Amino acid sequence: MAQKKKPPRVGDHPAFRRCLLAVVLTLTALVVVAPLLVIAVQAFSAGIGVFLATIADPDTRHAIMLTVVTALIAVPVNTVFGVAAAWAITKFDFRGKRFLLIVIEIPFSISPIVAGVAYLFVYGLQGLFGPALEAADVKILFALPGIVLASMFVTAPFVARELIPLMQAQGRDLEEAATSLGASGWRTFFSVTLPNVRWALLYGVVLCNARVMGEFGAVSVVSGNIRGQTNTLPLHVELLYHDYQTAGAFAAASILALLAVVTLFAKVLLERQGAGRAGRPTLAAPQTLKAETLK
Amino acid sequence: MTRRRVLPGLPLALGITLVYVAIIVVLPLGALVFKAASLGPEDYWRIVSSDRAVASYRVTVLSALAATAFNLVFGMALAWVLVRYRFPGRRFIDALVDLPFALPTAVAGIALTALFAPNGWFGSVAGLAGIKVAYTPLGIMIAMSFTSLPFIVRTVQPVLEDLDPALEEAAQSLGGSDGSIFMRVILPLLAPALLAGLSLSFARSLGEFGAIIFIAGNQPMSTEITALLAFIRLEEYDYQAAAAIASVLLIAAFMMLAVTNLLQARALRYTARN
Repeated sequence: MAQKKKPPRVGDHPAFRRCLLAVVLTLTALVVVAPLLVIAVQAFSAGIGVFLATIADPDTRHAIMLTVVTALIAVPVNTVFGVAAAWAITKFDFRGKRFLLIVIEIPFSISPIVAGVAYLFVYGLQGLFGPALEAADVKILFALPGIVLASMFVTAPFVARELIPLMQAQGRDLEEAATSLGASGWRTFFSVTLPNVRWALLYGVVLCNARVMGEFGAVSVVSGNIRGQTNTLPLHVELLYHDYQTAGAFAAASILALLAVVTLFAKVLLERQGAGRAGRPTLAAPQTLKAETLK
Repeated sequence: MTRRRVLPGLPLALGITLVYVAIIVVLPLGALVFKAASLGPEDYWRIVSSDRAVASYRVTVLSALAATAFNLVFGMALAWVLVRYRFPGRRFIDALVDLPFALPTAVAGIALTALFAPNGWFGSVAGLAGIKVAYTPLGIMIAMSFTSLPFIVRTVQPVLEDLDPALEEAAQSLGGSDGSIFMRVILPLLAPALLAGLSLSFARSLGEFGAIIFIAGNQPMSTEITALLAFIRLEEYDYQAAAAIASVLLIAAFMMLAVTNLLQARALRYTARN
C-alpha cells in the first residue's frame, strides 16, 4: 500500500515559497546591500585620486588616530568592567543584583544624544564639576577624556551581556572545585573560567570595539567637533559631508564600512565557536537571563 | 540551607562594577535629571510643551511607529525565510542582518541619503512616481527601519527555530489551511518574542540620531526629531531647554525599558510553561 503523501510544511508550497523568497531577497538587497554598495560607489565617484587624497589628508589621518586611541582606552576598560560585573553577578548572591543588572543595561536603551547631554551637565561649565575642573585647568569635555567617557557610556553593557548568560549557565562548580583544591582566585579565573568563556568574551570585545569606533551622537555632543583636534572618524565624515565634499565624506565612510564588514565577518567566525546567540537560551535578548540569574 | 560562599573576589569584582556603573552611567544621568529638575515645574512644562517640541515628539513617535510596523512584517518574513527555507546565500544573508548594528550610524545616514536623494538610485525612481523620500518624514522612517531591523529578526529567529513541527502537523491533520495555521498556531507562539522585539525596535527608533539627521531635512515643525531638537538647543547654549528635552527622551527610554522587561518576563514564563 502506498504511503499517504505528507502535505508540505506550512509555508512550503513551491509557489508561495518562491514568492516570499523573491520579495524578502529583493527587499534585503534594497535595504541592506544597497547602502553598502552606494558607499563604495560614491567613495570612488570622483576617481581614485580624490579617495587617496582624502585618506592622506592630515585631518582624516588625525581623525583615524583619535578613533583608534579612543578604542584602545575605552575597549580594555570596558572589558575589565564586563568581566568584573559578570564574575560578581554570576558567582555570588547579593541583594540588589536585579537592580544592578538593569542599571548595566540602561545605556542600551538611551539615545546617544541624551548620553552626550548628560555628560555636559557633569563636566561642562554649566555642570556639576565644570567650574572646579576649569579652575584646576583640567579639560574633560571637548577633549579626549570626554570622548572616551561618552564611548564607555554607550558600550557599557556590551561585554557584560555576552558573559553573564554564559557564566550563569556554566554555574560555579568548576571554580569551587578549583579553589577547594587550593588554587588562588586569579589562578581559578585564568585557568578555569576564562578558557570557558574566551569566545564569548572576544565576541563582546569585537562588538564593543565596533560601537566605540562608530559612535556618533554621544561623541558629537561632548567632542566639540574641533577639526584636526577632537574629530573622530564618524564626526569627520559628517564634517566633510556638510562641506559638500561628498566623495571625500564617502571615502572616509568607506573605512568605517570596511570596519563594519570585518566586524560581521569576525562575528560569524566567533558564532561558529559557540559565542553570541548560540550561547544564549531561546528568546535571545539579554534580559532573558535576568530571571534565571535571580532564582 | 544557605549556600556557603567559597569563591574569592567578590569585593574586587563588585567594587570595580559599582565604581564603573556609578561614574559612567549613574552620575551623568543623575546630573541630567538634577539639571532638568532644577528648572521648576512651570519653566519645565513651558519648554517641553512648546509647539516645536510637541511637533518633534509627533514626527519622532509616528515615524518610529511606522518603522516598527514595517520591521514587523519585513523582519518576520526575513526570520521565516532564514529559518524555514534552504537557499544559496542563506548564511550570507543571515550575517548581513546585523549590518545595521555594525555600520556606524553616520555612515548609514549618508548612505541612505545618497540612495534616496532626488538624484539617488532609489530617490530618482520614487521621484518618477511623485514620491519624495529624502528630507521628508518618509526618509526618517526609512532610516529608523534600517537601524532597528535586526531586533525583530534576532528575537523571532530562535523561537521559530525551536518551534515543534508536531504542532503544525496536528493542525494540518485537522484540516487547517496554511494561513489559518500561521495565524492561529504559529503566530501566538511567536507573539511573546515578537512583542519583545517590537518594543526594542521602537525604543531604538525613538532615540536614533546619527542615521536620521542626514536624511531628515531637519525643518522645525515638520522633519525635526526630538533628539535633534535637544542637540540644537545645546548649540544655541540654551542648556535648560536641552536638559528638559533630553529628560523627555530619558523618560521615554525608561518607559520602554520597563515595557520590554515586562514583556520579556512574560515571554519567559510563557516559554517555561510550555
